[in-house]
Amino acid sequence: MAEIGIRALHKAFDGADVLKGVDLTIEDGEFISLVGPSGCGKSTLLRIIAGLEPQSSGEIWIDGANADGVRPSARNLAMVFQSYALYPHLSVFDNIAVPLRMKRLSALERMPLIGRLMPSRRRAERTIREDVERVAGQLEISPLLKRKPGQLSGGQRQRVAVGRAIVRQPRAFLFDEPLSNLDAKLRVHMRAEIAQLHRQLKTTFIYVTHDQAEAMTMSGRIAVMIGGELIQVGAPAAVYDDPQDIRVAEFIGTPKINAFPARVRSDGRLEALGHVLHATTPSPAGECRVCVRPERIELGASGLLSGTVVHLENLGSEAFVHIGSAGMNAPVVARVNDPSQLPAIGAAISYGFAPEAIRAFDASGKRIATSVPSRIERPREMAIV
Amino acid sequence: MRALGRIHPWSAVRHVLLLAGALVMLIPFIWMLSTASKPQTEIFSSDLHLIPYHFALWDNLKIAFAKADLWRYLLNGLIVTILIFALQVLVALPAAYAFAKLRFLGRDVLFALVVFCILIPPQATAIPVFLLLHKLGVLDSYIALVLPFTISVFGIFLMRQFFKTVPDDLIDAARMDGISEFGIVWRVMLPTAIPAVTAFGIFSVVAHWNDYFWPLIVLNSEHLQTPPLAVAHFRNNEAGTNYGPLMAAAMVIIAPLVIAFLFAQRRFIEGITLTGIK
Amino acid sequence: MSDAVAALQEVAAAPRMRARILVKSGTAGRSGAAYALAAPALILMLMMLLGPLAGVIALSLTDYQLGAPSFSWIGLSNYQEMFADRVFWISLKNTLAYVAIVVPGAVALGLGVALLIQSGAGLRSLYRTVYFLPVMATLIAMAIVWEFMLHPQFGLVNGLLRAAGLQGHSWLQDRGTALYSLCVIGIWQATGFNMVLFLAGLVSIPKHLYDAAEIDGAESAWSRFGLVTWPMLAPVTLFVVAISAIRSFQVFDTVQVLTKGGPSKSSEVLIYTMYTEGFEFFRSGYGAAVTVVFLAFVLSLTLLKSVLGRREVHYA
Repeated sequence: MAEIGIRALHKAFDGADVLKGVDLTIEDGEFISLVGPSGCGKSTLLRIIAGLEPQSSGEIWIDGANADGVRPSARNLAMVFQSYALYPHLSVFDNIAVPLRMKRLSALERMPLIGRLMPSRRRAERTIREDVERVAGQLEISPLLKRKPGQLSGGQRQRVAVGRAIVRQPRAFLFDEPLSNLDAKLRVHMRAEIAQLHRQLKTTFIYVTHDQAEAMTMSGRIAVMIGGELIQVGAPAAVYDDPQDIRVAEFIGTPKINAFPARVRSDGRLEALGHVLHATTPSPAGECRVCVRPERIELGASGLLSGTVVHLENLGSEAFVHIGSAGMNAPVVARVNDPSQLPAIGAAISYGFAPEAIRAFDASGKRIATSVPSRIERPREMAIV
Repeated sequence: MRALGRIHPWSAVRHVLLLAGALVMLIPFIWMLSTASKPQTEIFSSDLHLIPYHFALWDNLKIAFAKADLWRYLLNGLIVTILIFALQVLVALPAAYAFAKLRFLGRDVLFALVVFCILIPPQATAIPVFLLLHKLGVLDSYIALVLPFTISVFGIFLMRQFFKTVPDDLIDAARMDGISEFGIVWRVMLPTAIPAVTAFGIFSVVAHWNDYFWPLIVLNSEHLQTPPLAVAHFRNNEAGTNYGPLMAAAMVIIAPLVIAFLFAQRRFIEGITLTGIK
Repeated sequence: MSDAVAALQEVAAAPRMRARILVKSGTAGRSGAAYALAAPALILMLMMLLGPLAGVIALSLTDYQLGAPSFSWIGLSNYQEMFADRVFWISLKNTLAYVAIVVPGAVALGLGVALLIQSGAGLRSLYRTVYFLPVMATLIAMAIVWEFMLHPQFGLVNGLLRAAGLQGHSWLQDRGTALYSLCVIGIWQATGFNMVLFLAGLVSIPKHLYDAAEIDGAESAWSRFGLVTWPMLAPVTLFVVAISAIRSFQVFDTVQVLTKGGPSKSSEVLIYTMYTEGFEFFRSGYGAAVTVVFLAFVLSLTLLKSVLGRREVHYA
């Protein structure tokens, strides 16, 4: 149970800035994901929180205490590694028991042979056994306790790693891309298990992943990191629907958001691909981009934009139509909810979007406010560009 | 241990311990250089000093080269090691290819024999091989130095393991292009195996340049001596008298490999630790 | 009638058979090539390794002497003579003593140096180079340098001892210290080799295990060594011990050039005994018997090593 505060954290490796001033407060008991493309600094941030890596400047606060100089084990945080980092020479039981033995036994009691003879060690071992067996039961790995990690499947190793983390009842759990070594099916299953575990333990979870779907589906809040900076922190739905930066808009959501080259006219209206949109902005005139999620693109004769169908992705339950348009570098992707009604490849097609679907970003990538002027009442069809 | 690396005192302790050990490792080399640079009178004095008062390295080298035909011995070493390595590759590579990529009756049994032969220490076969060379009448010749080592079962094993990793498609493509099996060995397999062959070459050259046992047994003639034999011979002739030139000669003998090592440490360490796998 | 049926079947089967023959001749040609490619190696292997190996065992059962016109089979007489010979037992005992000193010494030092080098970032490659240098340098040349360093009067070792106010010693000329002096040279030469094997083992330990150990509460370097390094290194250690033992059993160069097994057989070792019997007295039969004993020791060690070497590090 811990609130973790990150204050103006900087980290440089060999002169290269990996973290450029990160500020974040992680609430007690929340499940937060640090998500971003690889190399964005999210794993480094996690390792600094764990105490495995010193920061260049800034502070980590755990439960109101500055964690500077506190050894990783003394921070009482548990970590689940991408490679699971199970001790290959120890059985599952012993792997889970390691943190307890380190905490509850003295160096002398841990000695091979000699330690075994000490009555105090025998007493401690009894409680350790109880704890390990309780956790194993909870994770349904009791039958595996005698095995070595090499004899386990990926999913089983994952559970053992989680078991080693929860057995010591840490103040917070740190997950470093724990699902990336699993196959796609198991990954989806384990997502549900980890979310369930969080509901059960009600402890702070900090989860690092490069997979935005993982972050979206599991966490209460997501923190998007790009280039060593926290760009946006918020609930998954808010980050998806209301991105504050074009990099966030493009990183979150698959298929990627459609970005149309656009500009702000001197009268405040937005103009994309030569069409004046039914949306205004208080931002000054100049270049900008208008972004629209694939599910907000509407196909049909009423749309003012047009192009040719260049590719179709039929997923069975839904489909994506890729439309090549003049003036666009990448095809525009539109989601079709009924795959039985797909246009043919090569067909000319019209499309558009409602002005409410517009998320506009200025030349530097920052979000700009847009509004739909209400004084002009127009029929629904006309609202589409 | 890594965390301790951050703490300064440990770093200092580490360097002190390692430097002390390094000094012990280097002392023989330093003392060899020092003695090789001293004139006779300074060597035979009870006063210890590292830097000679009178620098006599060139004199000692001159005496060493005059007393023993060191160039000749270095050349012998070169001829023998290169010959051995070239023949080892010539013999081992085709066999390794056959064992790795071709199917033939008895392949697995024969390969098991190859693996078994790796276990035979070279000293174990010395007497019979000596008798064989005696029967062939080739003792005391380059042939006697080279012939027993033309077969490197370890080389076959090593190259076979490497060839196993070459995709079959590459070989089939070569066959489609009309290259014979023999041609595949040299035109397809050898070029892909250059790193492995290099490591094996270093292993082989170092082992045979430094070998003392076998040349000692089969050689009589002075002009055929390899460097280790020559330096031992030099020592026996000059026992207890000419330490300056003796150390200079020792220096000359170890110089080629040591210099090569200093230039390409990584490759050398890689090559020589192959003995470990052997 | 039945003939006709058979003939028909044959005709029907013909194309298939031809196809099979074609395939067969394809692989047959290739297997012919395989034999041709492997033949030189196999012939030389038979001539230089397997034949001589059988030869040395056979020879040990004869009274053959080099140059003798004939020989006779004498059963185990060579072995009887050997086991009755005091020198053989001294030689065996010295060899085992040499192994028992050099192996722990060179393995422990190799491990210690590897751990020290790996524990920090500074000067790694310099240290590795320096410690490896003795492995590279021609042992015979360096043995002669050691001999001079151990020189009773003008040697560096006694000189330093005298400077420290201690008595010098005739290291190689004293039967009490000759073998130990050779052990020191052996350790000096083998440490760097073991160090490199240990370094390779250390580098292959996944870094995440140390992170996990740190998180799990292994706070001291010593407890991390016990939890991660030592168990992960166990296969490498067993391997290095076996290798060092095999190499130590083969000790010859330093003995031959520095002590000739003396003084009074105090540094006589197996390969040196074999050498003197086989190549100085030309008693090939007896020398072969000594070789067989040596071979028995080394082969059992080698088998042990290859069993251990094949054992995968238990991380899947």
